[in-house]
Amino acid sequence: MTETKDRSSTRPIRVLIGKPGLDGHDRGAKVVARALRDAGMEVIYTGLHQTPEEIVEAALQEDVDVVGLSILSGAHNTLVPRVIELLRQQGMEDVQVMVGGIVPEEDAEQLRALGVVAVFGPGTETEEIVRFTRSCARGA
Amino acid sequence: MSLGEQILQGDRRALARALTLVENDLPQADEVIREVFGHTGRAIVVGITGAPGVGKSTLVDRLAGYFLAQGRQVGILAVDPSSPFSGGALLGDRVRMEGRGSGVFMRSLAARGHLGGLARATPRAIQLLEAAGKDLILLETVGAGQSEVDVMGYADTTIVVVVPGLGDDVQAFKAGILEIGDVFVVNKADRPGADQTMRELRQMLSLGPRLPWQPPVLAAKAQTGEGIEEIAAAILQHKESTERNPEMLQRHAREAERFLREALADRLVADAVARAKAADKWESLVDDVARRRKDPAWAARELAEGEGLQ
Ligand code: B12
Ligand SMILES: Nc1nc2c(ncn2[C@@H]2O[C@H](COP(=O)(O)OP(=O)(O)OP(=O)(O)O)[C@@H](O)[C@H]2O)c(=O)[nH]1
Ligand SMILES: [Mg+2]
Repeated sequence: MTETKDRSSTRPIRVLIGKPGLDGHDRGAKVVARALRDAGMEVIYTGLHQTPEEIVEAALQEDVDVVGLSILSGAHNTLVPRVIELLRQQGMEDVQVMVGGIVPEEDAEQLRALGVVAVFGPGTETEEIVRFTRSCARGA
Repeated sequence: MSLGEQILQGDRRALARALTLVENDLPQADEVIREVFGHTGRAIVVGITGAPGVGKSTLVDRLAGYFLAQGRQVGILAVDPSSPFSGGALLGDRVRMEGRGSGVFMRSLAARGHLGGLARATPRAIQLLEAAGKDLILLETVGAGQSEVDVMGYADTTIVVVVPGLGDDVQAFKAGILEIGDVFVVNKADRPGADQTMRELRQMLSLGPRLPWQPPVLAAKAQTGEGIEEIAAAILQHKESTERNPEMLQRHAREAERFLREALADRLVADAVARAKAADKWESLVDDVARRRKDPAWAARELAEGEGLQ
C-alpha cells in the first residue's frame, strides 16, 4: 500500500463485458474477461441474460471506456444496434463497442457500419483481443 | 455547469465521471469534492463484509430492493481485489444484481493494492453518492474474511456475513471479525448447521463487553429474500441506537479527524518529496535506505526538517 498520492499514475482501462439476450454460452465472455484482467484492465462482468438497457446503464454507472458484447445466440442483429442506440441516447458515443461470438461475416460488416469497432469470432487469440482493446481505449 | 453542480442535480453520468476522478486520484477530484462536501455526510452507510462467496452481493441486492421499495435513494459500492501481478481486476459483483434500471446506482471499485478490504477512494466515493442524493449506501468489501476492519471506519453499521458449516467456525470468529460486527447474518440458512452456527455465534458474542448495543444474530436466505426485512430493521435500529447513545462514537466524529489527518499527510508527503526531488536529494536518500546506510525514520526526519535542502 502506497500512502503517498501518485498523481502521475495512468488510469487503468475499464471494460464492461456483457452477455445480452437469452444466450447461455458464457465461456468466451469469461475467457476474454480474464485475459483483459491479466493485461492490467479493470473488467466489469455483468453475467448472463442482460437486456441492452441494463448493459448500457451498467456501462454508464461504471464509466467504462469499452463495452464488449458476447453473443453466440444469433440475435446480434437486434441486440447490438439496440445497445448502440441506447449509448447514443445517453450521450455515450465516446464508449467503444466490440462484439465477440458467432457472427457471420456479412452481419459483422453491418455491425461495423453501425459503429462497432471490431467483431471477433471463435478461435481468436486473446492476445489479439487485448492488443485491440488497448488501442481502441487509448484512442478514445 | 460544473461537474459538482451536475452531480448535485442528480446527473448520473457526471456522478460516474467524478467517481473515476476520485478513483484515479486526479487533481480535478479535489475540486469536485470541494464543491459538494457541504452536501455529504447525510446517508446511512452500511458495510457488508465476510469471507468470499458467503452471499454478500446477493444480500446487498436484496437489501437494495427492499430499501428502494421503502422510498430510499440507494447507492452501492462493491470492492473487489486487484491482481498484484497485472494490476487488473475482475469486478463481478454485478452478476448478483437484479436489473433495477437507474433506480439504484452501483459502482464496482478495484482495491488497487489498498489493504483492509476497501479501495482507497472509498470515503470520497461515498461522499459523491451522498452528494447525488443517495441516503442509503451499501458498501461491499473484498471477500477476504480477515483484516477487513477498515469497513467499520467508514460505515454507520457493519454487517458481518457468515455461512453454516465453514468447518471450524470458532476459528473464523476469532479472526477479529466478532469485534467489527454491529449485525451478524448467518446466510444460506437453507443449508444444514445454520442453527448451530447461530448458537455458537451468540455464545461467543455473549462473552464480549456489555455495550449499549448488543449485536443481533439473524438468519437469512439471501437467494430467496428470506430474512431481509429483519436485517433492514436491525440496520435502522442500530442507527437509532447510536444516535441515542452519545458514548457510542458516531461515524462523523470518528471520520472528521481521520479525514483531516489523511489529507494532511498526503499533502505534506507530496510537498516534502517534491522539495527533495527539486534539491536532487530524493534519489540519494532512497539509495541510502536501500543500502542500509540510513533507516527510513532517520531519512524521513532529515527530509521533514529540511536538512540540506536549503
Ligand atoms: C460449448 C458450447 C455450448 C455449451 C455452453 C457452455 C457454456 N457455459 O458456455 C452448451 C452445451 C451449454 C451449449 C448449449 C447450446 N448451444 Co452451444 N455451443 C458450444 C460450442 C461447441 C463452443 C462454444 C464455446 O464455449 N467456445 C469456447 C469459447 C472460448 O469461444 P467463443 O465463445 O467463441 O469465444 C471466443 C470468440 O468468439 C471471442 N469472443 C467471444 N465473446 C467475446 C466477447 C468480446 C467482448 C470479445 C472481444 C470477444 C469475444 O473470443 C473468444 C476467444 O477466442 C459452440 C460451437 C463453436 N465452435 O463455437 C456451440 C454453439 C455456440 N451452440 C449453438 C447452439 C445452437 C446451442 C443450443 C441452442 C443447442 C440446443 N439446441 O440446445 C444451446 C443453447 C444454450 C443457451 N442457453 O444459450 C450454436 C449456435 C448457432 C448460432 N448462433 O447460429 C453453436 C455455434 C454450435 C453450432 N455450430 O450450431 N453450447
Ligand atoms: N444456498 C444458498 N446460496 C446462496 C444464498 N445466498 C447466496 N447464495 C449463493 O452463493 C453464491 C455466492 O454469492 P455472492 O452473493 O456472489 O457472494 P459474495 O459474498 O458476494 O462473493 P464474493 O464477492 O465473491 O466474495 C452464489 O452462487 C449465490 O447464488 C442462500 O441464501 N442460500
Ligand atoms: Mg460479491
